[in-house]
Amino acid sequence: MKKFWLSLTVSLMALAGLSGCNAITVLNPKGPQAEIQSDTIIFSMYVMAGILLIVYVLFIYMIVKYRAKNQPINYEPPYIKGNKWLEIIWTAIPIMIVIVLSVVTVKTTFQVESTPAGHENDEPLVIYAASSNWKWHFSYPEQGIETVNYVNIPTDRAVEFKLYSYGPITSFWIPQLAGQKYAMSDMVTTLHLAANEEGDYFGRNANFSGEGFAQMEFICEAMSEDDFNEWVNEVQTTADPLTEDEFDQLLDTEYMGIATYSSTHLDFRPAPVWPFHQPEEDGDSNTGTDGHNH
Amino acid sequence: MKWDEFFVTGDPLIYGAMVSIVVVSLAILITLAVTKRFGWLWNEWLTTVDHKRIGIMYILAALLMLFRGGVDALMMRLQLATPDMTFLASQHYNEVFSTHGTIMILFMAMPFVLGMMNIVVPLQIGARDVAFPVLNAISFWLFFAGAMLFNLSFIIGGSPDAGWSAYFPLASNEFSASVGHNYYSIALQLSGLGTLMTGINFIVTIIKMRAPGMKLWKMPMFTWATLITCIIILFAFPAFTVALAQMMFDRLFGTQFFSMSNGGMDMLWANNFWIWGHPEVYIVILPAFGIFSDVISTFARRNIYGYKSMVFSMFAISILSFLVWAHHFYTMGHSAAVNNVFSIATMAIAVPTGIKIFNWLFTLYKGKIVFPTAMLYSLAFIPIFTIGGVTGVMLAMASADYQYHNTMFLVAHFHYVLIPGTVFGMLAGVYYWFPKIFGFRLNEKIGKISFWLIAIFFNVTFLPLFYLGLDGMARRMYTYSEATGYGPLNLVSSIGAIFLATGFALIFYNVIYSMLKSPRDLHADPWDGRTLEWSIPSPAPFYNFAVTPTVQSEEPLWDYKKKGIPIYRDKIKPIHMPSNSGKPVIMGVLFFLWGFCMVFSWWIPSIIFGAAVFIVMATRSFERDDGYHVPVDEVIATENMLRGENQ
Repeated sequence: MKKFWLSLTVSLMALAGLSGCNAITVLNPKGPQAEIQSDTIIFSMYVMAGILLIVYVLFIYMIVKYRAKNQPINYEPPYIKGNKWLEIIWTAIPIMIVIVLSVVTVKTTFQVESTPAGHENDEPLVIYAASSNWKWHFSYPEQGIETVNYVNIPTDRAVEFKLYSYGPITSFWIPQLAGQKYAMSDMVTTLHLAANEEGDYFGRNANFSGEGFAQMEFICEAMSEDDFNEWVNEVQTTADPLTEDEFDQLLDTEYMGIATYSSTHLDFRPAPVWPFHQPEEDGDSNTGTDGHNH
Repeated sequence: MKWDEFFVTGDPLIYGAMVSIVVVSLAILITLAVTKRFGWLWNEWLTTVDHKRIGIMYILAALLMLFRGGVDALMMRLQLATPDMTFLASQHYNEVFSTHGTIMILFMAMPFVLGMMNIVVPLQIGARDVAFPVLNAISFWLFFAGAMLFNLSFIIGGSPDAGWSAYFPLASNEFSASVGHNYYSIALQLSGLGTLMTGINFIVTIIKMRAPGMKLWKMPMFTWATLITCIIILFAFPAFTVALAQMMFDRLFGTQFFSMSNGGMDMLWANNFWIWGHPEVYIVILPAFGIFSDVISTFARRNIYGYKSMVFSMFAISILSFLVWAHHFYTMGHSAAVNNVFSIATMAIAVPTGIKIFNWLFTLYKGKIVFPTAMLYSLAFIPIFTIGGVTGVMLAMASADYQYHNTMFLVAHFHYVLIPGTVFGMLAGVYYWFPKIFGFRLNEKIGKISFWLIAIFFNVTFLPLFYLGLDGMARRMYTYSEATGYGPLNLVSSIGAIFLATGFALIFYNVIYSMLKSPRDLHADPWDGRTLEWSIPSPAPFYNFAVTPTVQSEEPLWDYKKKGIPIYRDKIKPIHMPSNSGKPVIMGVLFFLWGFCMVFSWWIPSIIFGAAVFIVMATRSFERDDGYHVPVDEVIATENMLRGENQ
């Protein structure tokens, strides 16, 4: 039994230790938001490993020392009501641990829920990401372009994803760049991220949404500012515009590969407006609650 | 509606299930007919109001559902064992994981917990039954009607396919056209009503029916856990009742509570569901905590350490359990400030839970520990559950949760809480109290083999999922490609699941083996217990206590054994007992038929069956049945028979 728990502890520690190497997606961040989350996770793992260690040492000590086999045959265990000081200790220490973790949580949650550090003064790139059936539509209102099932972003620039859904709740997640956020049919949510390095990052819907859920993946490519502008330019000049009919067809399509258009569906199908916000006049804004001008 | 739409068709696995259900039902009927046992079944079981028998029926149902949910789990593990597996199609996999979750929580964990409460609480407090015995039977039959209705869905009409949490709009008619979620809303409603009644019943029982001298602060720990659990039930289940009624109205009557248009709001469902759903977690865990306390104290041969702080911790947990529901959807877009409030409240639960862990550890201190199977489960709970607990704190941190949410990390976490917590607790309880109910022990050798299989391979099955979650594997994916690299660890997990299932199968084997082979010469107090239930003969007579016990401490039997403080001081008097009633089971059948017709929107029959339920209730209210008295001679004869044979 002892050996078993020992090996369990070791494997858990190994799991925590692995965090140093780059094997695990979530612990291999490529942007400031994911980095904060990765650091938080690793920090909490060390705290938890410490707690486990205390519990395991006490546990092994108790079950080895006080087993009947190691006690005299006529030994009578005493009546012990409790110990005020011990109980105060094991109430106070967890409270202190919770306070420390709370401080970390509050700080990091505000950080990941706002513009990535270092980009506070930049104008963020706004991309609308909407899910329908088992695909993602990405609209760039500033650039006037739209893609399906892939999204390109410039590195070293804050990106704001505005999320909503044409159906069940989905969850937009690019683990190496930031944690996830729900996309829903009745309001727009915002996910902040930025990429430090160029590369292809795997993204998916993490919230179960029906039959094609497992296949609901996309690639997020982070490229240099120049490459990004060049790509935008190319799309604007070569791709066909997205018509309302075509978009309706797209919504009905269950699965598809990638597609690119030189206009966005936001022009004729604005993002949902949360009922409790000040409603905007119909057709007045074509970019939903936030009303970005372009 | 055509027959091929009515029955689920096209899948050989389901045809196999249909055939086996028909065969097993026929076999049961034929056995009953051949042995002429119909009268026995009706008089002794179906109409019983005896809390012990109702408890046994709850636990039998729980074991049946454990089997069903376990088969679902094995199918999922087989489908995920290797990349691009084609054992289950997406839709089938979705139905399997949805029913696995729903059944394991509502139709396995819940009846197991309620069954334990039924069997043990009256015996621990010196009562002869619960406060409302007929209501107790109605609770059981409502639960059973709900459980059977829910299980019918996979052969008739189709199962729910939106996960056990049934998030809208995925669970709406628009995205889930089969009747699966009609079943969900009605079956869960029926068993939920049963649970709510049980909650009220046990609060009254514990408050009003304790033996003379048993002040609240002298109650055994499991009774305390039950009281606090029932208070949670009382506040949590009405929220679920409302949510399910809204769901039923949305699906059957065209209301728009959770729809995507006309002001419906999908987020409302998530909130309503988890306002019940999070306290529900504590409803299934606190009774297990109570069992661990009693079992650890018995087999460490010591009183429970920090009795009062154990109780206060449970109260703290019960209050906090209502303040944390939004941690199930940090990612739904509330502000960082809102998330932080829920984060801190959630982490605060770790404090009372930690106090309990240390109290259990210090109950072992200076003890004289022996290790029967019940104790092994209780001890293994501590290190394994602590992993579930600390990962729970990690998940509570909102910023980090954005990365764990909806991943295998979460799946690993809640299995690390529910299996070593609830399941180990209930198994410890079964091994511990089995002789009190049946008069013989479960075989210890088989018990220990199955314990080791379960304890070891539980970790083999679920530890890899923490890693897979951090590596980006979302939960509820029916398949994954080889390029993801998730293959090897999934295979490890699936192999672990096979051995884990073997461990559980051995428990079923053990029950049958022990029924046939276990020696019956059992003493009233096989474990050297400390509380009242071990002072009466085994198996416990139907009236429980020949004489009302008097209690002076939280360990009356221990005090009797060590200090000679007597428990039974009165003479035997005639015992007042409640009469059996056929109405609860009839109501259960009518509710089932009502529910089934509602599922398919067959309005006329459902109105008829609904009215019939009310007619049965009305006849019950005009019934004058004050129960009956067991004469002194019969009590003395029963006591002599039981004690004479067994001591």
